[in-house]
Amino acid sequence: MNAATSRNLTIAFFVLLTFGALAPMAFGSARFPQWLEVVIGGLMSGVLYALVAIGLVLIFKASGVFNFAQGAMVLFAALTLVRVMEKLPFALALVVTLAAMVALAWLVERLVLRPLVNQEPIVLFMATLGVAYFIDGFGQLVWGSDIYTLDIGMPKEPKILLEGTFEGGILVSTEDVIAAVMAGLLVAVLALFFQKTGTGRALRAVADDHQAAQSIGIPLNRIWVIVWSVAGLVALVSGVIWGSKLGVQFSLQLIALKALPVVILGGFTSMPGAIIGGLIIGLGEKVSEVYLGPYLGGGIENWFAYVLALIFLLFRPEGLFGERHIDRV
Amino acid sequence: MLDVNGIEVIYNHVILVLKGVSLTVPEGGIVALLGANGAGKTTTLKAVSNLLKAERGQVTKGQVRFRGERVDLLNPSDLVKRGVIQVMEGRHCFAHLTVEENLLTGAYTRSAPRSEIKLDLEKVYGFFPRLKQRRSSLAGYTSGGEQQMTAIGRALMGRPTMILLDEPSMGLAPQIVEEIFEIVRNLNTAERVSFLLAEQNTMVALRFADFGYILENGRVVMEGSADQLAENEDVKEFYLGISSGGRRSFRETKHYRRRKRWLA
Repeated sequence: MNAATSRNLTIAFFVLLTFGALAPMAFGSARFPQWLEVVIGGLMSGVLYALVAIGLVLIFKASGVFNFAQGAMVLFAALTLVRVMEKLPFALALVVTLAAMVALAWLVERLVLRPLVNQEPIVLFMATLGVAYFIDGFGQLVWGSDIYTLDIGMPKEPKILLEGTFEGGILVSTEDVIAAVMAGLLVAVLALFFQKTGTGRALRAVADDHQAAQSIGIPLNRIWVIVWSVAGLVALVSGVIWGSKLGVQFSLQLIALKALPVVILGGFTSMPGAIIGGLIIGLGEKVSEVYLGPYLGGGIENWFAYVLALIFLLFRPEGLFGERHIDRV
Repeated sequence: MLDVNGIEVIYNHVILVLKGVSLTVPEGGIVALLGANGAGKTTTLKAVSNLLKAERGQVTKGQVRFRGERVDLLNPSDLVKRGVIQVMEGRHCFAHLTVEENLLTGAYTRSAPRSEIKLDLEKVYGFFPRLKQRRSSLAGYTSGGEQQMTAIGRALMGRPTMILLDEPSMGLAPQIVEEIFEIVRNLNTAERVSFLLAEQNTMVALRFADFGYILENGRVVMEGSADQLAENEDVKEFYLGISSGGRRSFRETKHYRRRKRWLA
């Protein structure tokens, strides 16, 4: 780890600390266990934002495109999974859905990215806009537009922890914990894939320098298919988690809008940035809703992320961990 | 081995950069491509390695043949598999990968077993002992010379028979330039790798190359063996900065004509 990264980590840590710790202290009424509940809840939802954001970062790094379709991919994955599960057991349905996501990645590369290679970034961005609408419509055409419940057997009832330490203990949603563990596992698998395998190394090489990667014979087309497939996998995992939490419905793709402030905060080119950005936004949202809400009339959760992103765009447009000079956004 | 036959390159559909360049690189040779800024050296190399498309450039006329096979319609990755690898101007190491990871990415196109790649890695470290010491530091934090070595080493990991080397001396101290060129010569004799070398540093390039072409404004204006070129009066004056009789005035018509020929 170099000096710049550790400095950024410190900044991120302090932001976390400020939101997490100072808010309830400033409004002395807070009980510590309640505060802990809010913090844990915030971090958990932060993990889910981070998951969608990782999908965005993956594609942005490898192909320099801001993938507007990530939200639609989440919905499409969840929808496919739900409808296939009506016919097949969960594990098999998961495989089928994954295959569908890979096929989607291949199609996107073949029909959208390849013809548009070397066009302006804004052209590619517009193209992903089109892809988003296509996936959205196509998914509903094939799978129907009802609201489905996705039940993969996650326990719904919350658990009470640390009853001995605090009076009444703290209430934690088991579902959220499982989701966070799944997300953590996915991130660990991705990290291993990127650090230890030859393909992962090639992906990082492409992200670093397209031209140099091409000059030593790394085929960009294949790399794009792989990256979009991995983004599809990430979309699938986020679709499973969000879908079983909220039901599989159109509004799922709007969570991608929450991922936008996350990547602005964390930096478009950084995976750790996406994770920490997600955590900060999840935490900040919940803490300010609970502790500032009564003073500002509530509803903070809905705009908090965007205002924070706006502040970042003004003062640190490359985000916490992004490379400087991101003139593509 | 490599035959470039009258290629024309157009950027962005309008800008004509190469106006019919032909050259030949024999098996096991080091051929230098010389010329000033903007003469078309890099474009020529990229036309051969098919990296032009990434910059909206296009070969509109002429052919490139490698070992008799037409290669100008292949994509860069196929060309690498055939053994032609470009080392780009300005090194272009993967800054966020370690030196060793950089080298390993060079073997991406080969489906060789791990042990064989390991052996090649050791061989590259043999040529560049300095890289072995720095194997685990991020390439972005190594010196310019080390980055140039990394870039060449990375190309070697693809087992090339021909390397297109673009401006290896750029931004390096003379001593390091010397070191890099010594290694190039070593690779040429020990590994039988042929080189097509684009270079502004004419003096050094002519010392290490067998044959040279001089490009001006997208045309080959002179070619000859390295010794011939180094002895040529015009080359001496315009590229090596050695003039035979002190400062000259542009008013001298003879001199002006000679100069004009170069600029045409």
